[in-house]
Amino acid sequence: MMVPVTIITSTRTKPIRAMLEYDFMRSAFAAAAIVALVSGAVGYFLVLRGQTFAGHALAHVGFTGATGAFLLGVAPLWGMVATTMIAGIGMGLMGERLAQRDVAIGIVLALALGIGLLFLHFFATFATQATALLFGNVLAVDTATVWTLLGLGVVCLVALAVISRPLLFASLQPELAEAKGVSLRLYSVLFLAIVALATAECAQIVGVLLVFTLMVGPAASAQRLTSSVGKGLLLSASLALAEAWLGITLAFYTDWPSSFWITALSAGVYLATALPRPSSTLRRQAARR
Amino acid sequence: MIKFQNVSLVLGGRTVLSDVSFEISPTEFVGVLGPNGAGKTTLMRAVLGLIPPAQGSIAILGKPAIRGNPAVGYMPQLRGQMAHLRLSCRDFVAGVVNGYRLGLPVLGKADHAEIDRVLDLVGARSLARRPVAETSGGERQRLLLAQALIGKPRLLLLDEPLISLDPHHQRSVIELVKSVQTELGIGVLLSAHELNPLLGALDRVMYLARGQVALGNVDDVITGPVLSQLYGSEIDVVRLKGRIFVMSGRYDVEHDEHRHDDGAGHHHHQHSHQTHPGDA
Ligand SMILES: Nc1ncnc2c1ncn2[C@@H]1O[C@H](COP(=O)(O)OP(=O)(O)OP(=O)(O)O)[C@@H](O)[C@H]1O
Ligand SMILES: [Mg+2]
Repeated sequence: MMVPVTIITSTRTKPIRAMLEYDFMRSAFAAAAIVALVSGAVGYFLVLRGQTFAGHALAHVGFTGATGAFLLGVAPLWGMVATTMIAGIGMGLMGERLAQRDVAIGIVLALALGIGLLFLHFFATFATQATALLFGNVLAVDTATVWTLLGLGVVCLVALAVISRPLLFASLQPELAEAKGVSLRLYSVLFLAIVALATAECAQIVGVLLVFTLMVGPAASAQRLTSSVGKGLLLSASLALAEAWLGITLAFYTDWPSSFWITALSAGVYLATALPRPSSTLRRQAARR
Repeated sequence: MIKFQNVSLVLGGRTVLSDVSFEISPTEFVGVLGPNGAGKTTLMRAVLGLIPPAQGSIAILGKPAIRGNPAVGYMPQLRGQMAHLRLSCRDFVAGVVNGYRLGLPVLGKADHAEIDRVLDLVGARSLARRPVAETSGGERQRLLLAQALIGKPRLLLLDEPLISLDPHHQRSVIELVKSVQTELGIGVLLSAHELNPLLGALDRVMYLARGQVALGNVDDVITGPVLSQLYGSEIDVVRLKGRIFVMSGRYDVEHDEHRHDDGAGHHHHQHSHQTHPGDA
C-alpha cells in the first residue's frame, strides 16, 4: 500500500476535472474522506474528554507496529492496528493512574519510535518507508487500502455511535455516571480501542507524527465554534473532511506534500477560531447583565 | 429513607466508619459535617452503592443500596473539568438524561421537558445557551444541582455544594436546595464544612469524626460534650447572635478545616474570613 508513486509534475494548470482522472487521486480523495469523518467524530470525544495526548501516544506505538509488520512481510496498516489496539486497551485499563505519568508515557513513546527505527534499519527502502509512515503519503493509497479503510472506518463509527450516550455521560460527569451504573473503566477501554483504530486509519493519510492534525485540530475548532454536542460532532467531521480534501487538492497543484497542506489548514482554522471575537464577547457580556 | 445498621466502611484497609447505625426519614434535610477525611464523601458513595459495607447493611427506601438507583440524585464533590468545557449549559445537563443507555445521545420530547423542568427548578433557564466555561462558580453549582435532579430522585446527596462560594452565594444555594426540597417533598443529605450557612434550612445535623457519627437536632448534637466525645479532645461550642462556633482550644475548628480543604482542586477559595462574628 505504501508504494511510492511517480509524482506528475506538469499538473499546475490542469482543471479539477483532470485531477480526478487519475486513479491515485480518486483513491486519495476516497481514503481522505473516510479517515476525515472517522477522525472528526472520534476526535470530538477525544477533545471533550481531555485525552488528546492519548491519540498522539497511540500513533507513536503504531509506528513500531507498522515497521514490525514490514519486517514480517505483513501490510503495515495491520501491524499498526494490532499495536494501537493493544496499547489503547492497556491505557484504558490503567485509567487514571496513567494520566499522571507524563514522564513514563514520554519515555515509552520515545522508545516506541526508537524500536520502529531499528525495525526500519533492517529494511531496504529505509528512507521512503520512514517518511511515508511518519508523515503520511495519501497519494500512495491504493484501491484495496481504500476498501480496508472503509471497513475499519465503519466499525469505528458504529462502535462510537453505540457507546456515545454513556460515553458522553462518563466524560461530562464521571462520578455521577458511575453512581448511575455506568462503568467508567469499561467505557474508557472501549473508547480508547476506538481511538486506536481511528489513529491507525489517520496515520495512513497524514502519518503517525501528524495524527493530531486531523484528530484534534478540527474537533478543537468545532468546540470553539459551537456549544452544542450534535452540531459540534457534525462540524468537527465536516472541517476534517474539508481540510483533508483541500489539502490534497493543493498538494496536486503545488507538488508540495499533502500532509503539509493539511497541517497548515488545520492549524489555520484552529487559530482563526481561537482568536478573540470582540463582537460575540461583548454580546455575551451584555446578555449577562 | 436511609437506614444504616451496624455499618462499617473500609477503604484501602482504612476503616472510615465503624459500626454506625442511624436512620433518616424521607423528607428530611440533613447537614453532614465533619473534618477533612472524616468520611462524608465515603458515606454518600456507600448510599449510592459504590462502596459495599464491610459489615452491616444499608437500606435505601427499604431496599439494599445498589448502584444506579434512580431514586437517588447525586452532586459529586469532584466535578470534572467544567472550567474548560465549551459545551452549552443545556447540553451539559442533557448529557445526564438516560446517560446509562446505549445509543446516540438523541433526546425525545419527554427528555427535553425533563431538562426544562430541572433548569426551571434551579433557576438556570437563562444559562441554557451559554458555554459552561463562561459561567460563574455559583451558576455552575446550579447546573450541578439540575443534573442531580434529573430523573425525579426522592433523595438528593449533595457533596459540598457550597465549596468555593462566597457567603452570599452560599446562602442562595442553600435557599435554592431548601425550596426544591420542600417543593418536591424529597430528602436531602448535604455535606458542608460550615454549619452556620445551613442553620435555617436544616432539620437535623450529622457530625462525623473518627469513624463515628452523631445525628440529631442542632441543639442536641452541636454541644461541647457531644463533639468533645466525637473528636476525642476538648471542644467548646460558642453561640453568638444566632450563629454557632465550634472551637478546639483557641482555634475555630471549622475555619481550620476550611483552610486545608482542597477538595475542589482548581477552584479558588474566597471564603477564608467569611464567618468572623459580626461580618454577616
Ligand atoms: N480510594 C481510597 N482508598 C483508601 N482510602 C481512601 C480512599 N478514598 C478516601 N480514602 C480515605 O477515607 C477517608 C474518608 O475520606 P472522605 O473522602 O470520605 O472524607 P470527607 O469527609 O469527604 O473529606 P473532605 O472534607 O476532604 O471531602 C479519608 O481518610 C481518606 O484518606
Ligand atoms: Mg468529601
